[in-house]
Amino acid sequence: MIEPNYSIEEEREFLHPGHLACQGCGATIAIRYVLKALGEKTVVVIPACCWSIIAGLFPSSCLGVPLIHTAFETSAVAATGARAALDMQGKEDVHVLAWAGDGGTFDIGFQALSGAAERNENILYCCYDNEAYMNTGIQRSSATPVGAWTTTTPKGGLEDRPKKNIVRIMAAHGIPYAATANVAFPDDLYRKAKKAASIRGMKFIHILSPCPTGWRIPSSESVEVARLATLTNLFPLYEVENGTDLTVNYIPPKKVTVENYLRPQGRFHLMSEEEKEGIQRQVDAAWEALLREAKKR
Amino acid sequence: MKKVLMGNFAASHGVRLSRAQVISAYPITPQTHVVEELSAMVARGELNAKFIKVESEHSALACCIAASVMGARAFTATSSHGLLLMHELLHWASGGRLPIVMVAVNRAIAPGWNIWNEQTDTLSQRDTGWIQLYCASNQEILDTVIQAFRLAETVKIPVMVIYDAFILSHTYEPVDIPDQKTVDAFLPPLKNPEVLKVGEARAFGSVTSPDFHMEFRMKLHDTYERVPEEFEKIEQAYAATVGRTYGAIEPYRCEDAELVMVVAGSLAGPTKMVVDGLRQKGIKAGRIKLKMFRPFPTKPLQEALKNAKKILVLDRNLSPGTGGIFAHELRSALKGDARPVWGFVAGIGGRDITPELIESMFFDAIGADAPVSTTIFKGVRL
Ligand SMILES: Cc1ncc(C[n+]2csc(CCOP(=O)(O)OP(=O)(O)O)c2C)c(N)n1
Ligand code: SF4
Ligand SMILES: [Mg+2]
Repeated sequence: MIEPNYSIEEEREFLHPGHLACQGCGATIAIRYVLKALGEKTVVVIPACCWSIIAGLFPSSCLGVPLIHTAFETSAVAATGARAALDMQGKEDVHVLAWAGDGGTFDIGFQALSGAAERNENILYCCYDNEAYMNTGIQRSSATPVGAWTTTTPKGGLEDRPKKNIVRIMAAHGIPYAATANVAFPDDLYRKAKKAASIRGMKFIHILSPCPTGWRIPSSESVEVARLATLTNLFPLYEVENGTDLTVNYIPPKKVTVENYLRPQGRFHLMSEEEKEGIQRQVDAAWEALLREAKKR
Repeated sequence: MKKVLMGNFAASHGVRLSRAQVISAYPITPQTHVVEELSAMVARGELNAKFIKVESEHSALACCIAASVMGARAFTATSSHGLLLMHELLHWASGGRLPIVMVAVNRAIAPGWNIWNEQTDTLSQRDTGWIQLYCASNQEILDTVIQAFRLAETVKIPVMVIYDAFILSHTYEPVDIPDQKTVDAFLPPLKNPEVLKVGEARAFGSVTSPDFHMEFRMKLHDTYERVPEEFEKIEQAYAATVGRTYGAIEPYRCEDAELVMVVAGSLAGPTKMVVDGLRQKGIKAGRIKLKMFRPFPTKPLQEALKNAKKILVLDRNLSPGTGGIFAHELRSALKGDARPVWGFVAGIGGRDITPELIESMFFDAIGADAPVSTTIFKGVRL
């Protein structure tokens, strides 16, 4: 269970005004809390994604820490290179944060990510997951959920493959820490980033990051919709230590059906009732399995 | 200290003496020994570096790029398919003005799989903004790696040190290994090398609008104008400390030569021998060994070729539809020059280029006023 009174003690901001994200963008909220947790001694690595724009056009940058932009498929290994250079300079106390979208994580950057995890590189890799390639205009990725409209899953060809379970895949590498987080639960996100910062080796946090533009929701609803993802058990908050030790961090006080999450989002408007019921069944089964696994611990 | 070393080990010693700090590479024949030896050197404590065994060449260069941004002296080595896989990152390294040094062993490209010598892999990367230096002996490989770091760090352009698969990579030759003190005097540690500093809110590689992008590329181009001069200074400094020079080009018996052949890489040896043989027959032949390909040494070439009546280029590479790449570049460097240029393509996919074959090229040029075609394949079985 999440500790209810977690407060974010860090007052400093490393995300400054003037960023270029859309209103209500979850990706900005996400990095804000992660950088608060990591602090000033951090180097950020960002591949091609919405965040390569959000950070600002040359010569400005909206982050209060150094930022290395890198090729789309290279965030984990660029973080590795930065880490190696810092270690050679004796700066082992500096955190290296790879900050990538779902496309850069689940798809094109997966090879480099798997390599870094297998080598147990001392980096924190965060995937802010908005469930599609948003930078290029809302195309499906392997993180796009079943039933979602994107420009490459248009009417009649809605996404029909389940989302890749990235946290379980990363945990299967046996890395010290893998977790999910959600921008609507900032205390939990902050705590996880703090915890990750205290661990040596590869850390991975998968952050659900609402995208009003791609999800077809009003920007004012962004956090509310993200919250529903966890309240409906569709995006549970949990962490896996050393590949096997699973803890569920939040149990919703009452059952909320996935319909409540799907309905407000334009991207799910083309789904049939039957499809939605199918999703409810899948979510229920996955949640039960997760709780069973957590109990085994 | 003299040792008998294969070309790949000569490269590793060059990297060790240069005190590379971050090395990241992926194995590919015929480059493997370079990194095997480097990992052994790191394991034995002879080299204080992070050796990162990445999962691909693409990652190897991405790793070096970020390490270089954070101020480390970075090195990688590859060949053929590995180099082609790096293509995207080659542009990142040069566009980012990062002084990374790479060894690239010239190997043919599939299909079909072919591990033997051919120069098309590196030459097809000619527009990526990397300085390219071709070596003709194992001694030259070791010396060039050390010089490459100083050159890269002086002009802030990455450097590729290139040599032939097997003919050099796997062939043993006596190599003089300078001592560490001598190399340290020639190649001091990087000063204020970081593009980004911890605690400073700056970014590397941000989105650049049309308002800025062009100037960045133009500055890279402009710096290239300085490279030949800086290279010469570095060679002189190296000669003063270590005692060897090679030159951007090395003309041999060209002063009075009527026929001059231009080659790069290990072909410098056999072509020299053929020239000597022709001279004995009373034929005024000469040859130029091209070490620097990017930037293209137009002026020294024009100078060395000024007395030649006929020019020959021997390309162990092919740009299909265009022909030999060195010939193509030389023709454009000699624009407006009426002298005929014979563009010979031979040795593709590692086929032997024998002294007899080279000699036959000279005789082709002796027996005609102009080449029969822009590209002449030699040693073809058809
Ligand atoms: C090698 C390569 N292929 C394609 C692109 C084009 N591209 C840039 S960002 C992007 C999508 C990014 O998606 P994701 O990682 O989910 O981040 P998001 O934009 O959603 O934040 C694509 C396809 C690229 N920059 N590089
Ligand atoms: S498209 Fe979506 S992820 Fe990208 S900046 Fe806008 S809201 Fe954020
Ligand atoms: Mg995305």
